[in-house]
Amino acid sequence: MSCRYTFGGDEHIFVEVDEAMSLEAFFTSLSMTNAVREAKIKGVTEICPANASFQIKFNPDDIHPDDMLAELKRLEATADASEARLDTRIIEIPVHYQDPWTHETLMRFRERHQDPDASDIEYAARINGYDSVQDFIKAHSGAPWFVSMVGFVSGLPFLYQMVDRPRQIQVPKYLRPRTDTPKLTVGYGGSFSCIYSVRGAGGYQMFGITPMPIFDPEQKVSYLKDFMVFFKPGDIVKWKPISREEYDADVAAVEAGTFMPRMAEVTFSLDDFNADIDGTNAKLMEALNAG
Amino acid sequence: MPVNVISAGIATTIQDLGRPGYYHLGIPMGGAMDRLALRTANMLVGNDEGAAALEAVFVGPELEFTEDAIVAVTGAELPPKLDGQIQPTWTGFAVKAGQTLSFDFLKNGARAYIAISGGIDTPPALGSRSTYAIGALGGVEGRGIQPGDTLPLGAQPSSASAGKSVPDEMRRTPGKPAELRVLPGLYWHRITEAAQKGFFEDTWKVANEADRMGYRFQGGRVLEFVEREPPFGAGADPSNITDACYPYGSVQVPSGTEPIVLHRDAVSGGGYFMIGTVISADMDLIGQLQPHTPTRFIKVDMDTALAARKERAEALDAIRQTLT
Repeated sequence: MSCRYTFGGDEHIFVEVDEAMSLEAFFTSLSMTNAVREAKIKGVTEICPANASFQIKFNPDDIHPDDMLAELKRLEATADASEARLDTRIIEIPVHYQDPWTHETLMRFRERHQDPDASDIEYAARINGYDSVQDFIKAHSGAPWFVSMVGFVSGLPFLYQMVDRPRQIQVPKYLRPRTDTPKLTVGYGGSFSCIYSVRGAGGYQMFGITPMPIFDPEQKVSYLKDFMVFFKPGDIVKWKPISREEYDADVAAVEAGTFMPRMAEVTFSLDDFNADIDGTNAKLMEALNAG
Repeated sequence: MPVNVISAGIATTIQDLGRPGYYHLGIPMGGAMDRLALRTANMLVGNDEGAAALEAVFVGPELEFTEDAIVAVTGAELPPKLDGQIQPTWTGFAVKAGQTLSFDFLKNGARAYIAISGGIDTPPALGSRSTYAIGALGGVEGRGIQPGDTLPLGAQPSSASAGKSVPDEMRRTPGKPAELRVLPGLYWHRITEAAQKGFFEDTWKVANEADRMGYRFQGGRVLEFVEREPPFGAGADPSNITDACYPYGSVQVPSGTEPIVLHRDAVSGGGYFMIGTVISADMDLIGQLQPHTPTRFIKVDMDTALAARKERAEALDAIRQTLT
């Protein structure tokens, strides 16, 4: 994989690892951004990994853009040689699919949708060849996901499913973006799932809602006291379908400060994964369930 | 002793120089859209250049003072009135406890910076008092100011004195048409040569959707794309890319129709291609563009961008030397 380097004005370098999304491209982006962080290059002010690309913001008063570019190209060689291995965590995120709040919202924006007579999840199930919404939910929540980018707004994770390409779910975004999306909506656009960290505009299809806050500027939520943003790139997520009763119980637990997401420390190797996808995922699930 | 907010204007927020360092989490740097105007307003009242002040858009607030202070208004030409008496802009003037500061109609520009000696002393979030409303960070409880708010001030600086002023020739205002210099790049190769040429030939107009997140432009020709097979994960529209980071100042053109220049409260990433980036020297200028302002994008190279950046730094130094 050979990266494409381009300047974003006089303060940014944008590096496209690949035009297309893949776990390989994501891993290269992650390892290169880690390498940039460790290299402590003078003048670097922001290091932003994305799905299949990344961006460095720098102060051109401290380092000439051409020198910054040369530093990054030097690091690409190192990153290429390093093993695609990651110490990370797997987290179970409860999802109440087909909840009343996203349903009410999607009904308000039907004229902006490809299929005004179906709900977002019915549409996604149909165009991905699933016989029923239940089968689609099984696929969406069956295999784990990588957080391949955090951004757009306040701590919003983009997630990419850890399955081979034929099994990847693909859904277009809304024809025109909505002006409203409930907070903590679990959405889908292109080949990415996401969780809307805050209420606001959005173009992703809406499948459900999680009771688990992932951004808390006041840092009152029990597991967000250390930092207001929950996710970081490289986190692994497993969706857990829950009923309305379980959703309500989780919301109450969050309020009471007793909710703790189920998670476990794991090591992920891209080579092992590519050799045996389902086996690797099964091991990740074992670690999660033991954790 | 605080300043009481009687009326808030349209979208008046507390801003300083922002909170860099969290863009990788989708939290933008924020801060004054016109940074030079903020720095200057602070210098005029004896504050540190990065102290928190008010950024008023089109319409000024009405403020009641409960202690003596020095005030300066820079940026947009939004004439301040003290108990009804017009005061000069870009000039420090004394306000007595009990007096009310209000504003006349906007003469030009879009954003005025109202600095008060001592600086606004609301609690910082992630190292900044800047208001980032989407993430409910900074400002007054994460939002813009509202009637009934009381704004705490820091200790009066020893160097606060009325009467300092910035000469006319040192104030920067957008030309007619406004000119924004752009370094082509990012996904520039996605549009045809004719579209690349047309983008810089056309005169655009600032649309109504113009805020701290970004400025939208209308009126130029629709950009024509180079044909491609959509990459996996990008989406079918020719303007889609696999969701990536957005530089501050980057120019995205969803569906090739209306360019959007991202500003201080930028979304940190998304799935639209970008054709280049407004250079750092011209970012302040965007904050002073009113809707419907005719605007030309000027193609520049990196050497020009760096020279312009140096020229802006020198202009700021010249103001510093005049005022201190």
